Formats: sequence, C-alpha cells, structure tokens
Amino acid sequence: MASMARRRLAGKIATHLALVPFLVFALFPFYHMALTSLKQDRELYDRHAVPLLIRQAPTLEHYAKLLWDTPFFTWMKNSLLVTLLSTTLSLVIGTVAAYALARLKFFAVGSFGTAIFVTYLVPTSLLFLPLAQVVNWLGLADSKWALVVTYPTFLVPFCTWLLMGYFRTVPKEVEECALVDGATRIQALLRIVLPIAVPGLVCAALFAFTLSWNEFIYALTFTSSSEEITASVGITSELIRGDIYFWGSLMAGAVLGSVPIVILYVFFLDYYVSGLTAGALK
Amino acid sequence: MAVGNIAVTARLPLRVRVRELLDREQVLGPLFVTPALFLLVLLVAYPFCMALYFAVSNAFIGRPSHFVGLRNFVNLWQSDAFRQTFQNAFVFTGSAVALKLVLGISLAVLLNQQLWFKRAIRGAILLPWVIPTALSTLGWWWMFNSLYSVVNWTGIALGIMDPPGPNWLGQKYYAMTAVVTVNVWRGLPFFAITILAGLVSIPRELYEAAEADGAGPVARFWLITLPMIKPVLAIVVLFSTIFTFSDFNIVYVLTNGGPINSTHLFATLARQVGLETGRIGEGAAISLYLFPALMFVVWAQLSFVRRQVY
Repeated sequence: MASMARRRLAGKIATHLALVPFLVFALFPFYHMALTSLKQDRELYDRHAVPLLIRQAPTLEHYAKLLWDTPFFTWMKNSLLVTLLSTTLSLVIGTVAAYALARLKFFAVGSFGTAIFVTYLVPTSLLFLPLAQVVNWLGLADSKWALVVTYPTFLVPFCTWLLMGYFRTVPKEVEECALVDGATRIQALLRIVLPIAVPGLVCAALFAFTLSWNEFIYALTFTSSSEEITASVGITSELIRGDIYFWGSLMAGAVLGSVPIVILYVFFLDYYVSGLTAGALK
Repeated sequence: MAVGNIAVTARLPLRVRVRELLDREQVLGPLFVTPALFLLVLLVAYPFCMALYFAVSNAFIGRPSHFVGLRNFVNLWQSDAFRQTFQNAFVFTGSAVALKLVLGISLAVLLNQQLWFKRAIRGAILLPWVIPTALSTLGWWWMFNSLYSVVNWTGIALGIMDPPGPNWLGQKYYAMTAVVTVNVWRGLPFFAITILAGLVSIPRELYEAAEADGAGPVARFWLITLPMIKPVLAIVVLFSTIFTFSDFNIVYVLTNGGPINSTHLFATLARQVGLETGRIGEGAAISLYLFPALMFVVWAQLSFVRRQVY
C-alpha cells in the first residue's frame, strides 16, 4: 500500500518535472523583457555580463524616459478608447444578432448564421488593403475612429458566435413561461435570457477587449501620426530610432503596453480558459 | 361590426402596435441581425469585392485605375520575392502547425494529470496567447539580437553552441526557425488548452476497461486517447492553419520579411508591395492568395463542426 502511494507521488513529481520546459518556454520571454527594462544601460550592453540576472542596481530610468520623453500616455489613451468603444459596440450588436440566431425563426436565418461563421474565420490580413480605401472614403484616414469602426468586423462575428452557444444553453421553457405571462420578446431577452447568460457576456467582453487591444495590422495601416496610433503601434514603430541604446525603453514599453491585459487576465483567468475552448468548439 | 373592429385596431396607440410588431419573430429576427449585417456588408463583403477588383487592375495609391486582366498575377509569378513568399508560407505554416500539434498534445496530456498548482500552471501556460503579439514579439526580437542574444549566451554557456552562435535574424534558415519558434510559442497555449478540454471529456471507464484488459499507458494513448480527441484535433488544426497562414505580426516585427525575403508571408509582402511601394493592385492580388486557404478551412469546418450545431 505504502509503495503504491510512493509510486503515485513519484509519478506526480515526474509530471511536474516534465512541465518545467514548457513553463520556461512560456514565461522566459516575459521574464527577460521585464529584466531588460530594469537594467542599467551599462550592464545591458556589457557583453561579458550574465544576461539572465540583474547584478548591478536595478533602475527605473527606462520607464521614466518612456513616460516623459515619448507620447506613451497618448498611445495608451488611444488604445483604451478604441478598445472600450469597439468592445461595447460589438457586444451590443453581437448580443442581439446571437439572440436572433439562437432563438428566433425567420427568413434566411440559416444562411445568416453561415455568413457570421465565415467572417469569424476571415483573417484581418486578407482585407486590410481595400479596407484602407473604405476608411479613406469615410473620411477617417489617420484617425483612431477608423479603428473603432473597423474592429467590430472581427469582434462582432466572434461575440455572436460565442454568445449563440451560451444562449442555446438557456432552457427555452424559462423564456416561454415569461412570454405566456405577457412579457414581450424583448423583455424576455432583457430580464430572463441575459441575466442567465452573464458568464457568456463577461467572456465575450473579455475576449473582445483582448482581441482589440492586441490588434496590430489595422492599427498600423489606418493610423500613422503620433496622436492617433495605439500602444502596440507606437511602441513598435516610434521607439525604434536606429540608435542602439533603446532596448531598455522598448522593453519597458512592451511591459507597460501589456499591463491592462495582464490585470484582466489575473482576475478572470477561468473565463479566458472557458472562452478559449468555447470559441473554437461551439 | 367588422368595420368597427378595424377602426378600433387602427386607433390603437402607436406604442402598442410597435410592441405587437416587435413580438413577431419574422420582424424581430431581421431587425436584430440588421446591425451586424450592415457592418459585414459595408466592411467585409464590400472590401472583399474591392480586393477582387484591385487584383485585376493597375491600382496605384492616389491614381485612377484600369482593368489589366491577370497581369498582376503574371507579374507576381515572375518575381523572385513572390515565389519565395509562396514557398515560405507553406514551410512556415506546415512546420509551425505540426510542432504546435505534437507539443500541444504532449502538454495537454501533462496538464490533464493530477497537479499541485493546477490553476497557476494553466495561467502561466496560457499567458503567451493573451499578451499583445506585437509587443511580446519585441521581446523575442531582443532575445534574437545579433550582439546580445540571450539565446546564444545560454547556448554557449551550456556548451551547445560555438561562440558567437548563429545570427538568428540575419541568416536565411535561422530567421525562418526564429519566426516559426515565436509562432509556436504564441499558438501552443491554444492547442494545449483546447485539446485539454477534449481530454477531460473522455469517460474514465474507457481507461479502466482498457487497463483491466492489460493495456499499458502507450497502448491506452494510441487506442483510446488519440481516437477520442480526433474531432477536437481536426478543429484546432483547421483554426490554426488559417491563422498561421495569414500571420502578419510576428514576421513584421521580427524580420519584416528579411533577410532577402526568406521569411516573407503573404500578409507582410502584400503590405510591402501595396503600401510601401504603392502598387495596391499587386498587393491585393498577393492578399487574395490567403483566400483559397480560408475557403478550404471554411468548407472543412462546415462539413465537420456545423453538422453538430445545426
């Protein structure tokens, strides 16, 4: 009996050991990024120093340089504005569309569902060139509003697809009871279905926020001036000036630009895990 | 009497009539999908038609365009950059998806065991997938730096590499290895977590029965685990194929297609040709090469997955 328990413990330890390379692979780039952002230039560019540790006193000078000498705050503000607006917009449009697709019977509902699914899979890199023209015609060239308008093209299909799955899990009978009691469809949606589907809504909101915060190719193509670009674009294009002493600030920017996502991630980890599988499997 | 009734209906307050109309599924349904439909027609279907037109025109930034037939495609096939890109796209997608699949299954099997810090481990594994790719790729760019590469330092310290180690982003095959590595790093969590969901749903009794029949761990994996997660694997591979094939961020930040086009993908080449040199027609034609891959994935998904949903 004791040997059995010991064997099981050994197996458990072996599993953890086997996971170590995967964990190092996943986390090391972040560790190295944070480390670089805190190192003094003297140590950073010393080719004999150990790059895996900070031996000399850590410094915040790269962060200070990033915050005071670059328009970093503007970029973050743009990212936040674009992300919040496009997420809200997509969530509303996606919710009503998903409800219609999951619950209502009407003309061509099936082909509309297929259309949503197809656009869900359309990569952003397929359409960015003609979309840039559309953005020009709308008078939104080099404006963050171009992003507010175009991000829903990939967020709405995603939210719709995810929420359809959640709405289907709400028992029809619950809703029918409300309808028999004299509630309208819209009341039933607002008071019965949505409250039950709150986890789905949280999940859709989190993913929409993450997807639009992380979006890069549209932001790079549709905006270019310092006042309009988002954090990802600002950090990757404006901090690189050809001289070699920018690595500290660049890594500081990469760290700070990820902070909003990391905060959400820490609080809502379980939603991320369930949403990831739901998005692909439902 | 009947006339009176009609008069009464007509005199119902507007609010009530709208309310009744909204309760009909034939009215509310189309109304609810209209905003999404409007968006998709204006900003997806219409640009797609424009892409088709651009691809057969000599569109150039800020100039009127004319129909040129298939000249863009002919020009592309005559350019070394495009032929190289075409090859890169398949090498990149093939190797990245294969690696993610093998590593993803291994990682999922490990995560499915009894673990001490289950939640923390899952959180750490999933992290590369949620952090903005453009920013995390900057971190990799620094890790592959020609002078201060921490990868080379570690390799030399461990005795695996001869100093000074490879110039990762400056040599053809190493650059491709680097972009594949970063793509695997970023896409592995998606594979692992989704496959894990498939593993969790396999009934325990199957394993118990197999164990009673004398099947070892290896036989159980090949005869139970793998067949049971086949549908999940198919979905994950299809999803990943289209998103890897159309990747932009990693290559743009890490190598911008270089050295000498050896890591260009359709998306990065399309941007370079369409925006940096202004030949939108040719750029659109390059982007359109993503379309057959998309169609294949959609077709496969619709015949596998949607059958269960609708």
